[in-house]
Amino acid sequence: MIDESKQTANEEKVLIFTEGPAPLNIKEKNRISAWFFSFAFSILTLAGLCIYRPDPYWTIMLFVPDGLLVTFQITLISVSIAVPIGLLTGLGRLSKNPIINSIASVYVEIIRGIPLLMQLFYIYFALGSLLQMSPMVSAVIALSFCYGAYMGEVFRAGILSVSHGQTEAARSLGFNQQQTTFIIVLPQAMRTIIPPIGNECIALLKDTSLVSVIAISDVLRRGREYAASTYEYFETFTVIALVYLIITLLLSKCMSMIEKRLSYYDRSR
Amino acid sequence: MIDPVKKFSALNDPDLKAAISMRGVWKLFDEVVALKDINLDIQAGEKVVIIGPSGSGKSTALRTINRLEEATIGQIYINGQDIYTKTNDINKMRQNVGMVFQNFNLFPHMSVLTNLTIAPMTLRKINKSEAEDRAMFLLKKVGLIDKAKAYPSMLSGGQQQRVAIARALAMQPSIMLFDEPTSALDPEMIGEVLDVMVKLAEEGMTMVVVTHEMGFARQVADRVIFMDQGAVVEEGLPMQLFDYPQHPRLQQFLKQIL
Ligand SMILES: Nc1ncnc2c1ncn2[C@@H]1O[C@H](COP(=O)(O)OP(=O)(O)O)[C@@H](O)[C@H]1O
Ligand SMILES: [Mg+2]
Repeated sequence: MIDESKQTANEEKVLIFTEGPAPLNIKEKNRISAWFFSFAFSILTLAGLCIYRPDPYWTIMLFVPDGLLVTFQITLISVSIAVPIGLLTGLGRLSKNPIINSIASVYVEIIRGIPLLMQLFYIYFALGSLLQMSPMVSAVIALSFCYGAYMGEVFRAGILSVSHGQTEAARSLGFNQQQTTFIIVLPQAMRTIIPPIGNECIALLKDTSLVSVIAISDVLRRGREYAASTYEYFETFTVIALVYLIITLLLSKCMSMIEKRLSYYDRSR
Repeated sequence: MIDPVKKFSALNDPDLKAAISMRGVWKLFDEVVALKDINLDIQAGEKVVIIGPSGSGKSTALRTINRLEEATIGQIYINGQDIYTKTNDINKMRQNVGMVFQNFNLFPHMSVLTNLTIAPMTLRKINKSEAEDRAMFLLKKVGLIDKAKAYPSMLSGGQQQRVAIARALAMQPSIMLFDEPTSALDPEMIGEVLDVMVKLAEEGMTMVVVTHEMGFARQVADRVIFMDQGAVVEEGLPMQLFDYPQHPRLQQFLKQIL
């Protein structure tokens, strides 16, 4: 029984590592150099372009920060809503209560079955017009609920990855179900959970580019505005792509540093 | 229709003065009958060793006592309290019954000291300095006072198991359950764990121990129980069971393990 749950946890974990630059694993030397080359490449290219052809490139660079701020803002708010939703969903999916379990499972199934762009349209144009929601609010709702569902699976797998013996030891001491979850299981699950959650955050940041279709001036939309007026599509989108790349690479570096700190209690005999 | 539980209890009332009293306890896992009509009274201060082949239901018997496993039918009383009555909070009852597992199950994300203080501080609302004093006292008792700041992964198996025993004791239980506490250990570490258990026995703790350490059983046990295929097949003094086994299955089992 215990082995079975471990197996599903492992399968799940494999599924999670799909999107975005993976947080660096210290043991994987190749990935570190891949990260380094990508980062050096993007920084040098961007700097080179701005220095040698300041006319379009530096002008574009000056044009994007407004949008960048919006992108960060949406990412930050959405992540801070998506993570609690993910935690609740993950706990719900593991709940023995059939009602809570079904609600969480149906939510995950529905969200996973509908493309994010479609959800965004639906919330902004269908619900937004009924409820008078601004584009910003619609965008945040769409992204948080979508990524909340994805993160729910991450939390579920992470919790399942903690050995059942931990739960039994805690329960045998007299901890109730909630205390066991929050004091014993979740802190250990965090090590499994943090890297894929980091991936989801990076994926979310990239997916904020979708909000440019509902009239939000994020980086991509600012770029499109600039390009539309100057016809410098190639130059503009090159800069935008490099900016996204640099940000996601930096984030993946941060994630790997957090991950390293989380393994403080590992074998250090 | 006759309710099998009622029918049984009418025949044989539980011993409310016993530390543990089991009446007509059955446990089914789908088609597997893990426990077959277990009736057991263990008095306060008594040391009982359970032996039996793998899969005979020893762990299940132990785990039904603190309801880590729910009995399918039957009654279990701890210190005269029915653990299946809704009005009795199982989490409260478990605080009184310590358990030591084969795989230690220390909390790896906490230091040894925190492993010992977390339950008393959270559940008994004891303040930190008091909990730590008591934890240090227990660590001294199991000979690991210098490991208070260490994390479990830095310890050997024998050390981890001693910490696990101390962790269970930190809740000041009146009963201790041990499920093959030395089976996962390298041979040279078995002694240090058994020594701690012997000391605990000498202090008068009520102990139920699943183990194949015959030396320990002879030295400590008031009673040995031999289980096979989910049932208690034979029970008695260690000397009786080990030197004059009656049941052919026990004779065969002893031949195999000696
Ligand atoms: N969680 C479980 N699910 C299904 N069957 C189980 C479970 N736990 C134990 N069993 C079965 O119950 C029987 C008794 O197991 P157990 O109490 O672990 O025996 P022992 O501790 O004596 O080796 C075995 O046949 C085992 O396969
Ligand atoms: Mg067992």
